[in-house]
Amino acid sequence: MESLINIKNLRVDFELRSGTVRAVRDVSLDINKGERLGIVGESGAGKSVLGFSIINLISKPGKITGGEIFFGGNDISKYSYDKMREIRGNHISMIFQDPMMTLNPVLTVGTQMKETILAHTKMSDKEAEAICLEKLRKVYIPSPEKRLDQYPHEFSGGMRQRIVIAISLLTNPKLIIADEPTTALDVTIQAEIMDLLLELCKTENMGLILITHDLAVVSEVTQRIAVLYAGKVVELGPTEQIISNPQHPYTQGLIKALPQMAGGADRLNQIPGMMPSLREMPTGCPFEPRCEISKEKCKTKIPTLTELETGTQVACFMREEGK
Amino acid sequence: MRTKWQRFKESYMLYSFLRDPVALGSFIILAVLVISAFGAPIVAPHNPYDSTTIDIMDAQIAPAWSDGGSSKFLLGTDAQGRDILSTMLYGMRVSLIIGIGAVCLQAFIGIIVGLLSGYVRRLDNILMRVADVQLSFSTYMVAIFIGAIIQTAFGVAGYDRVAVPLLIVVIGLAEWPQYARTVRASVLAERRKEYVEAARVIGLSRTRIMWRHILPNTLSPVLVISTVQVANAIMSEAALSFLGLGMPVNKPSLGSLITAGFEYIFSGSWWITIFPGILLVSLILVINLLGDWVRDFLNPKLYKG
Amino acid sequence: MFAFAVKRILQAVVVMLIISFIGFAIKHNFGDPVRELVGERVTPAERAEIREKLGLNDPFMTQYVRFLGNALHGDLGQSYFYKKSATDVIIKKAPATLELVFCSALIIILLSVPLGIYAAIKPKKWFSRFVMGSSIVGVSMPVFLTAILLIYIFSVELHWLPSFGRGDTVQLFGFWDSGLLTIDGLRHLIMPSIALSSIMLPLFIRLIRSEMMEVLESEYVKYAWAKGIKPRRVWWVHAFKNTLLPVITVGGVQLGIMVAFTILTETVFQWQGMGSMFIESVERSDTSLMVAYLVFVGMVFVLVNTAVDIIYGLVNPTVRVAGRK
Repeated sequence: MESLINIKNLRVDFELRSGTVRAVRDVSLDINKGERLGIVGESGAGKSVLGFSIINLISKPGKITGGEIFFGGNDISKYSYDKMREIRGNHISMIFQDPMMTLNPVLTVGTQMKETILAHTKMSDKEAEAICLEKLRKVYIPSPEKRLDQYPHEFSGGMRQRIVIAISLLTNPKLIIADEPTTALDVTIQAEIMDLLLELCKTENMGLILITHDLAVVSEVTQRIAVLYAGKVVELGPTEQIISNPQHPYTQGLIKALPQMAGGADRLNQIPGMMPSLREMPTGCPFEPRCEISKEKCKTKIPTLTELETGTQVACFMREEGK
Repeated sequence: MRTKWQRFKESYMLYSFLRDPVALGSFIILAVLVISAFGAPIVAPHNPYDSTTIDIMDAQIAPAWSDGGSSKFLLGTDAQGRDILSTMLYGMRVSLIIGIGAVCLQAFIGIIVGLLSGYVRRLDNILMRVADVQLSFSTYMVAIFIGAIIQTAFGVAGYDRVAVPLLIVVIGLAEWPQYARTVRASVLAERRKEYVEAARVIGLSRTRIMWRHILPNTLSPVLVISTVQVANAIMSEAALSFLGLGMPVNKPSLGSLITAGFEYIFSGSWWITIFPGILLVSLILVINLLGDWVRDFLNPKLYKG
Repeated sequence: MFAFAVKRILQAVVVMLIISFIGFAIKHNFGDPVRELVGERVTPAERAEIREKLGLNDPFMTQYVRFLGNALHGDLGQSYFYKKSATDVIIKKAPATLELVFCSALIIILLSVPLGIYAAIKPKKWFSRFVMGSSIVGVSMPVFLTAILLIYIFSVELHWLPSFGRGDTVQLFGFWDSGLLTIDGLRHLIMPSIALSSIMLPLFIRLIRSEMMEVLESEYVKYAWAKGIKPRRVWWVHAFKNTLLPVITVGGVQLGIMVAFTILTETVFQWQGMGSMFIESVERSDTSLMVAYLVFVGMVFVLVNTAVDIIYGLVNPTVRVAGRK
């Protein structure tokens, strides 16, 4: 499998009035061509920041403060603004969470689609329009010709997200980063949109990074999963393995907490405690305060990802030692 | 258990305030101005209201550092021979009293209207329509109109005794919509929050919910606009006095001082108008700067980079 | 859209009625129409007779309706001081004020848009900081003070510009005395327009800047960056259009403040427009003129606000379609 993106020891810091907060700590990930990777974690774990940092679009006051991101052989984290612009929307597309906020309310759908193409390739308006129609059909939007002159608020939520997906396809990108693409949609629509994404990735041979907190969605769509906790990857491996045989205590807690796993009991299984605030990170393993199997070592040293026999990588001292 | 004072001293707000040169500087200047204004009887070198100390022969003397000036009158004298510095201090006191008084009135009316409007649907429409219309006429305009009407209705006799409270009422009536709208917006936003729902479920009465639960949460935006409103009130009063609808000449505020001195610019006695003018601008400026700081501080969303 | 416009126009009519009612109430209670017609030296008997003839002993509402009827015909009463119809006086003075407002508006628009946008896009540059800093000072200076300062510097000390009046005017269309067509008239217009714009300009710059900054933080702008759109296009096509919407609404409202400030500016510069006319009428207890001004200004407000609302409805596609449905 050909490698597409290599993230090495990425660090992202936010300079706040009250001090510097590290949102992404030494994260290393690889994505191959056409591969579908899920990034899973709670709110505040740093998954969106991680996704945005690939195209270096982190909201101020955040910035990349360490590590490299290799794409096509080059470290794009160091790219100038103009060079980055060639990649954004062109080789790597993004899908945001809420399509109502993502599409500009005062511009027609057609304008917003065509401008994406015209920003990266020289072609006539007519040619660009033809491509827009083609992609709108690919996402199964009926009567695409009429849609181009309509405004975003004239569509339902599901349709809007389809339009956003269509926009992301316009330049035949190698990778799509989808940040919680279905969270803002109705449950019934969620399934349709995820199916659509899955189908498109397969037929167009595009890579997909799916950022979500929804384990159910990730288990259906992705081939590999990275579990993020407090800005670190704590488990990484093939989807079936992670779902059926999680190794890291946090991942186990997540799986057990799913309603299906309660097994008809009166109460759901919770992970006690809360994820620590990024400002007050414990020394040592970030999960240690909530962990049932932690020992002294876990309080002072930070575990790194190591490969287990099961084929997954885990950042846990106890698991390393085979406990 | 730390006392309130201790908590304040350690609070982030105080820390950030002391670190910001603009905020701190403005506060110090404002404190100096306010203290000298209210302490005018002690601080001012002369008493401009005591006609026995005023000599017409002292009229239009230039400031102490220029030709013809005297150290007795630091900033010069006006056309009647009154010391400019002292009149400025007394005038600033008047301006401040009116400004703060008017804001208290506005806040009082505005908060009540805002609470009612936000909480009682039926009143909302009418009250907000009135507020909108009044706002669209601009509060300056409304103040001028009310002032003009009162002037026409009651004439000028006996005016000076009622001038200060009258101006407070005029400016207070002109500006309440700002408060009403702000409070209403807060009330509407808070109503949706769950703790109100919870309070209702427990069975608390509407008034109690309004006073004890919602009101404290609406105070933050009120605080933000209050500083600016004081500056506005002082400006409105100055404008009214300038037009002759405000403070009378014998009990002047900064605005009427500027008016009275205006004509003397052309004959060369520029200090009569310019010094009160500088003081007025400085006063309003530091209040505005403080207000800006308060607003920025309470509004972390708008990260200014 | 049609329903929306009709609703706004109806609201405007209601507001006008209220204004005219207030105006009439003032006139009724404080004005003296007999004095306006024949002056002071009139015997009590003649006075009573005239009152009867003018219908001044009729009930309040009848007089009000009469007032409205007259007003719709353009008759707003007689000015005691000028011995002419109030409407005539206003029409004579209006051009002066309108030209002043026009020049100020021009200054405001031409300066605030580029400065506001620049300060939003590059907030850390020293120029942006300078603009923001001076705008706080500008907002803190009352209009009349700016005017006085301008006069002091440019008239008294430097003798560059004239300090009062309109200068030479040229008459257009038989009644419009314009100062725009003569060099002297233009020279006279400079300081008053700058003074008049001095409070509004900083307000607009800050408004545009803060709106633009907020828009620049929005999701759809972020999305535009993510799509790799050129910065120029993101700023002008995506951000600016959205910034304009609230600016239009607020801008319309600021008109009210403008009118108040014309009163102040005209007084300082002895500009013979409607503003100084109003103050004079207050000093002279010329109620007819006062009320006529009120009604006229009220009408201008209501017209402009309604127009602004309708324009906003046209420009903002979300409103447009909602109306259609």
